[in-house]
Amino acid sequence: MPNYILSTSRLMAKRHAREKRFKWYGRIAIFISIAFLVFMFSAIIFRGASAFQQTKISLDINFSESILDPSSSRDPDLLKRANYKPIVVESLLSVIPEVTERRDRNRLYKLLSTGAVFDLSEKVADDPSILGKSKKVWLLASSEVDLFMKGKIDPNVSEDLRRLKDRDIEWIEILKSEGRIKKKFNKTLFTNGDSREPEMAGILGAAIGSFFSLLVCFLIAFPLGILTAVYLEEYAKKNFITDFIEVNINNLAAVPSIVFGLLGLSIFLNFFHLPRSTPLVGGIVLALMTLPTIIIASRSILRSIPQSIRDAALGLGASKTQTTFHHVVPLAMPGMLTGTILGMARALGETAPLLMIGMVAFIVDIPKGVTDVATSLPVQIFLWADSPEKGFVERTSAAIMVLLAFLILMNICAVYLRKRLERRW
Amino acid sequence: MLKKSLLLSLMTFGLTACGGGDIKPDSIKSEVPASTESRDQIKIVGSSTVYPFATTVAENFGRSTSFKTPIVESTGSGGGLKLFCSGLGDNHPDITNASRRIKASEVERCAENEIFDIVEVKVGYDGIVMANSRKSNQMNLSLKDVFLALAKDVPDGSGGLKPNSYKTWNDVNPALSTNKIEVMGPPPTSGTRDAFVELAMEGGCKTFDWIKALKKTDKKAYKSLCHTIREDEHFIEAGENDNLIVQKLNANPNALGIFGFSFLEQNADSVQGSTIDAMPPTFENIAEGSYPVSRSLYFYVKKDNVNKIPGIYEYLAEFMSDRASGPDGYLAEKGLIPMNLDEHSEWKASVLGLEPLMLN
Repeated sequence: MPNYILSTSRLMAKRHAREKRFKWYGRIAIFISIAFLVFMFSAIIFRGASAFQQTKISLDINFSESILDPSSSRDPDLLKRANYKPIVVESLLSVIPEVTERRDRNRLYKLLSTGAVFDLSEKVADDPSILGKSKKVWLLASSEVDLFMKGKIDPNVSEDLRRLKDRDIEWIEILKSEGRIKKKFNKTLFTNGDSREPEMAGILGAAIGSFFSLLVCFLIAFPLGILTAVYLEEYAKKNFITDFIEVNINNLAAVPSIVFGLLGLSIFLNFFHLPRSTPLVGGIVLALMTLPTIIIASRSILRSIPQSIRDAALGLGASKTQTTFHHVVPLAMPGMLTGTILGMARALGETAPLLMIGMVAFIVDIPKGVTDVATSLPVQIFLWADSPEKGFVERTSAAIMVLLAFLILMNICAVYLRKRLERRW
Repeated sequence: MLKKSLLLSLMTFGLTACGGGDIKPDSIKSEVPASTESRDQIKIVGSSTVYPFATTVAENFGRSTSFKTPIVESTGSGGGLKLFCSGLGDNHPDITNASRRIKASEVERCAENEIFDIVEVKVGYDGIVMANSRKSNQMNLSLKDVFLALAKDVPDGSGGLKPNSYKTWNDVNPALSTNKIEVMGPPPTSGTRDAFVELAMEGGCKTFDWIKALKKTDKKAYKSLCHTIREDEHFIEAGENDNLIVQKLNANPNALGIFGFSFLEQNADSVQGSTIDAMPPTFENIAEGSYPVSRSLYFYVKKDNVNKIPGIYEYLAEFMSDRASGPDGYLAEKGLIPMNLDEHSEWKASVLGLEPLMLN
């Protein structure tokens, strides 16, 4: 065999080996990133899954008229303010009769959430005819009982290290044997606003706050972004000024989000005196943050539309504006929407700018409009993660799961739009 | 032609819509005074330590009365007082929580903005604990040990200073374990850190007579000596999140963590508080004041707003009621160390009488 073939084959072997190695580097990289992702998701799901269930205790409540409405006035305000504790304690005692001391009765009552009486008062307010009757009602159990039922409190630990004492556990066992204590789907998590008690806390207020903020963000950023992109791409002449604008848009896209929060604080709150802690201001700040993303994405889409389409339209006598709005923009719209959705998905996950404009707050009421005070989903997660109560640990993870679900949904929308509507040339 | 006019109208619509984004703030600005003048919701800002208690009262207040639930923002004590003192109008908070007492400079700042009458409310006490995992032994520290283990510069024994080179607890005090000094604590922005530095570090610092004498001669040097925490691997800034510190303690049984008493109470099954000067951090010891690292929690109310914003007086009444901040109230279950009966009724009387703050 001639010498040069031998030498090339050695080189060839080297080249093939290099290729093989590179392929493996890539595979390992993908494997590591997927492993991280799986680890993160499984950690969140492992911690948060139990939050979708909530322990409830069923009691035969006697809605005694003489206690709740002694004057028989049926006044909804008075009914709401009535003292429901005696009727709850009474029905608890009918299940666990051996408790006689006042102190123990209070302990027994604490098996239930402090929110249980509010549920009862709402029931009565909804249907006053229930007064005087007896009815089986499922009431919220306290967070400690809930944690115990979920196996998160170890009864073998020495008693004084637990907040749930041996007597409480005895009572729970009695309730269990009578089938009066059960884990049910945690509806509260999706229908309530924030609360200091883990068992009563929900994410609805935060989710609606996020929705209003994104709505304001979309209404401002979408038209502004699209018009800017169309003008810069289709109309503006290439000169020093447009170059300058382009550089600045790119710079703006890289500005950390906290800076937009500071801007919001000093301009919208301190100068324009917009109401603090509202989705209106939050939405404007988020819009400023997403604008550059939308403009950059839209411009690149517009640039990808073939010049021949513009030339054909112009050649048939269409004006510049007709060409742009009849042909170019409709063709670019799916891509522009994709860019917008991705920008908004980033805005949905932001906490830092909202911190500065007072949206990191304890808000129980569910917002009804853009000028009502509100928080947002990531802020709720932040606040719960910082709470001392143990019941919030699983709820934090549950809220993260909900936020991730929304983000995935938005990304799927973006992918769908791109796949189905976008034309390729 | 029709198409062109249609397009034109579309364009103008688009332009006004785009302009709308620009002029929005102005148009809303004119509305704002009307809408906020009738603010019917209490606004509260301030300390993250008081936040759990303030929110608990706010929630109970909202549920048991016809007033709206107050908004509680967690801004930190200093940030809260800054917002509080920035003006009297409706856009400024009515109440600020603080994990320390208001400073004279802050009262002055308030007065500059025409806030003259401030009602001070004492909430109760909070203990700062140094805890480790239950997997290792409970530590018995003194304030002096804490200072020597964590200060940046320590006395060299001959009246001078040397950079802190203690590596194990044993180096600090032969009676302690041979474990490496590893303490996780909050960053300097935190009120807990301020209080820890002031109570524990300075407390230990003062046990050296010559340093105590230094306070009178050179206050600045005294402060920088007593208040500066070492920056090497022996003190780890673990962020504001106390839950995170608790988790890290479980992962590293040799480490100590610094956090509020309420977190110790909630996690008593996994972490234990070290005794400081032979005092274990228990509810009773903090309430009596015998546990050395404890502080008072406050909130401040603008007296002028009590008549303007509906519900403030009722909120104060709820907060000061026996069922809330009283010795057996629901705040005690949330980890607050309540005042004793006498002190509580004293404060209750002064708060409900809206007696203005006097700094002495």
